[in-house]
Amino acid sequence: MNTHMKSWFDVGSISDIPRRGARCVKTGTMTVAVFRTADDKVFALEDKCPHRNGPLSQGIVHDGCVTCPLHNWVISLETGRAQGADEGATLSFPVRLEGIASSCR
Amino acid sequence: MSREKLVVIGNGMAPGRMLEELFEKAPGLYDVTIFNAEPRVNYDRIMLSPVLSGEKAYEDIIIHGDDWYRDHGVTLHRGARVSGIDRVAKTVTAENGITVSYDRLVIATGSLPFIIPVPGHQLPGVLAYRDLDDVEKMLDIAKNKGKAIVIGAGLLGLEAAYGLKRQGMDVTVVHLMPTIMERQLDPAAAYLLEKALTERGINIITKADTKAILGTTRVEGVELKDGRILDGDMVVMAVGIRPASALAKEAGVAVNRGIVVDDGMMTSDPSIYALGECAEHRGTCYGLVAPLYESARVLADRLCGGSGEYGGSVVNTKLKVTGINLFSAGDFAEGDDREEIVLRDATAGVYKRLVLKNDRIIGAVLYGETADGPWYFDLMKRSVPVTEMRDTLIFGQSYQGGTTLDPRAAVAALPAEAEICGCNGVCKGKIVDTISAKGLTTLDDVRAHTKASASCGSCTGLVEQLMSITLGDAFNPHAVKPMCGCTDLGHSDVRRLIMAKQLKTIPAVMQELEWKTSCGCAKCRPALNYYLVCDWPDEYADDYQSRFINERVHANIQKDGTYSVVPRMWGGMTSSSELRAIADVVDKFEIPAVKVTGGQRIDMLGIRKEDLPAVWADLGKAGFVSGQAYAKGLRTVKTCVGTDWCRFGTQDSTGLGIRIEKFMWGSWTPAKLKMGVSGCPRNCAEATCKDIGVICVDSGFEIHFAGAAGLDIKGTEVLGLVKTEDEALEYIVALTQMYREQGHYLERIYKWAKRTGLDEIRRQIMTDTEKRQGYYERFVLSQKVAQVDPWSERVSGKDKHEFKPMSELKLEAAE
Repeated sequence: MNTHMKSWFDVGSISDIPRRGARCVKTGTMTVAVFRTADDKVFALEDKCPHRNGPLSQGIVHDGCVTCPLHNWVISLETGRAQGADEGATLSFPVRLEGIASSCR
Repeated sequence: MSREKLVVIGNGMAPGRMLEELFEKAPGLYDVTIFNAEPRVNYDRIMLSPVLSGEKAYEDIIIHGDDWYRDHGVTLHRGARVSGIDRVAKTVTAENGITVSYDRLVIATGSLPFIIPVPGHQLPGVLAYRDLDDVEKMLDIAKNKGKAIVIGAGLLGLEAAYGLKRQGMDVTVVHLMPTIMERQLDPAAAYLLEKALTERGINIITKADTKAILGTTRVEGVELKDGRILDGDMVVMAVGIRPASALAKEAGVAVNRGIVVDDGMMTSDPSIYALGECAEHRGTCYGLVAPLYESARVLADRLCGGSGEYGGSVVNTKLKVTGINLFSAGDFAEGDDREEIVLRDATAGVYKRLVLKNDRIIGAVLYGETADGPWYFDLMKRSVPVTEMRDTLIFGQSYQGGTTLDPRAAVAALPAEAEICGCNGVCKGKIVDTISAKGLTTLDDVRAHTKASASCGSCTGLVEQLMSITLGDAFNPHAVKPMCGCTDLGHSDVRRLIMAKQLKTIPAVMQELEWKTSCGCAKCRPALNYYLVCDWPDEYADDYQSRFINERVHANIQKDGTYSVVPRMWGGMTSSSELRAIADVVDKFEIPAVKVTGGQRIDMLGIRKEDLPAVWADLGKAGFVSGQAYAKGLRTVKTCVGTDWCRFGTQDSTGLGIRIEKFMWGSWTPAKLKMGVSGCPRNCAEATCKDIGVICVDSGFEIHFAGAAGLDIKGTEVLGLVKTEDEALEYIVALTQMYREQGHYLERIYKWAKRTGLDEIRRQIMTDTEKRQGYYERFVLSQKVAQVDPWSERVSGKDKHEFKPMSELKLEAAE
């Protein structure tokens, strides 16, 4: 993937995302899952598990990870890397909170 | 030749162990009948204290379940107190009129609590602490919190005090002697213990002589001889026990304090034996389990023609109060012919005292640091001279011979004959050999095969160390047991503690039960959410973020991220208008696949998440509700056409199936719950491989359960036969609620049933009316909250965010 975006995009407010949950942002070429943790940190990953492309946005969010709903791979929200014995990574995107709006590049 | 008849009066731990040994040595030798004054099976009385404190449940302390009695052909008369023994006719008669003849008789009537005959001792609210009935009475009073007074600061009294404190009561212990547990502890250790208990909020008054128990219609308090008056809603008398020997005495058997037995446990009548707390051997009546198990072994040997002899026992004691380590054994009185070695570390709260006589240990008291207890006890029992290691003896076994401080070293250094489990008299050699011979890898297996740590559990650590030494890295003491990596607790513990500590939110559970992660994981959160939904139906707010996606969006996720939707078709019945509505929905949303399911309904596959609310809206207009095909909850009730159409049908199976489904839909269960109702034993609805099934017969409804047709294939077990449709519904609902309350998350009903015991389930549902009604009522209460169609809720806007992207960016792709 060589989608190098130059600017930040406003994708919505943190209050749009449930704590320990995720919402999707569709870009036309891919779906990005924007996660909000229990302590209000926000992360963005491509909505695709490195294992079998499961929609990570539908998984259970716990601490800094999400568990994929298809086969229970655990993916780090910060790095996009599979945890434990599994190997693989999904694309991750920087996120910036401005006031209450969250943006991702 | 007909078998000899062995009758046992009493169903406690001593006769239970004796029979186990007997069945192992000579299975089928006797036709065995047991009379039990209590209405239940053999359970572990040592563990009553953890039951009182809420750390264990009755189910956890059962030693012999119903299966055991059945498997060994034992006739058990429950709730049958024996009123007389006729030694001439060789018969035993119970209060309920049953008379049984015997060739050999074992009296194991145990002991009676000693109740001080002060004024007021008969008031309601004055309790002993001997059996489960006492514990249940205490727990009942403890529900209202309030104040409890325990008379007697011996082992039992202190355990009762701790348990009642844990139940939220304000507890005062009054004790006649100047120091507590004076039979097991010297004054220094007693002081440390008193201090530790006081820090736990238990008020202790020593040198306190009870003058009277106050109250008019029930207990209101206690008056001491010095004039002090203590308020209390309950008085527990734990001042001692006396052997229950009256029955033997009336029958003319020789009785002193207890029933007098010889070294072969035989009484003055050669056909009659006495065992347990009611027996007196060489002038001693034992009250701890270890000596009773030793004598049980001897009696079993004698009963199959052996010549085993019981030579009396040296006993040791441990106090079961969480966080307090205390060990005491032997004789520790001071004397001219005795020497002592003492180690004190006030800061660490450690006190150790060894009493020596003729260079041998005769007594040991350890407080705070008890790991060397078994070692000292072993040296004491084997009467080993300690001259050479005297200088370092008090520091423990790991200081002998320069071994390192590996905690396992002490255990590794023990000789094969060293006793590990005092309760069951299991030595190290037997444990190690059994682990190797049978390839055991879990603690439960070792308990099952050797009995080590299967009674009071205080040697669990030692047994685990032996497993670790024997198996090396292959042994993981926490294998399988914990719920997940976030906790060391298993599902049963978590469920019990949620109730015992009244935990009503996921953060409360994690905080109180010391979760190791800040917000759990994908394994424990759904489990905890289910437990809380089940246990506090009208108080707990379902946490959707802790539900698996299917239950969060009420549809089944597919491999490509689309969803499938299955509406309910009650009992598998449908109509032209329903089918037309489904056809229209399929066309309108271009649903790529439609399939008839095994549960007699229709599955629409490949629906985009965004379309789900609109699909549901259209289905809802045709009267459909969610089929919950995604739920750990009630799925389908499969039926055949029954008497409506079938020439073989015996009952209205379709009608009953629909009735069950309409009554129970929406309920959450530990794992999915699929049911079936067949109108005759030809079983066209395949009810006998369902979680719960009904086979209709002419005389009524045969209820089945615990079938499986997935990863495992298993026919159902019969719960019982009921006459009417109303009863069938009530019993099925009660069974489901029992499973809801006890099942582990994701544990199907057949696994739960295996763990719980089929007979226990049958007993609670088929014969215990009160339990059954309780389950039924709790299910009905829960349904008031649960029975809401999730689809129509979402059509009206609930959880809108789940079904729409947060935003759609209009970007130009960079390529």
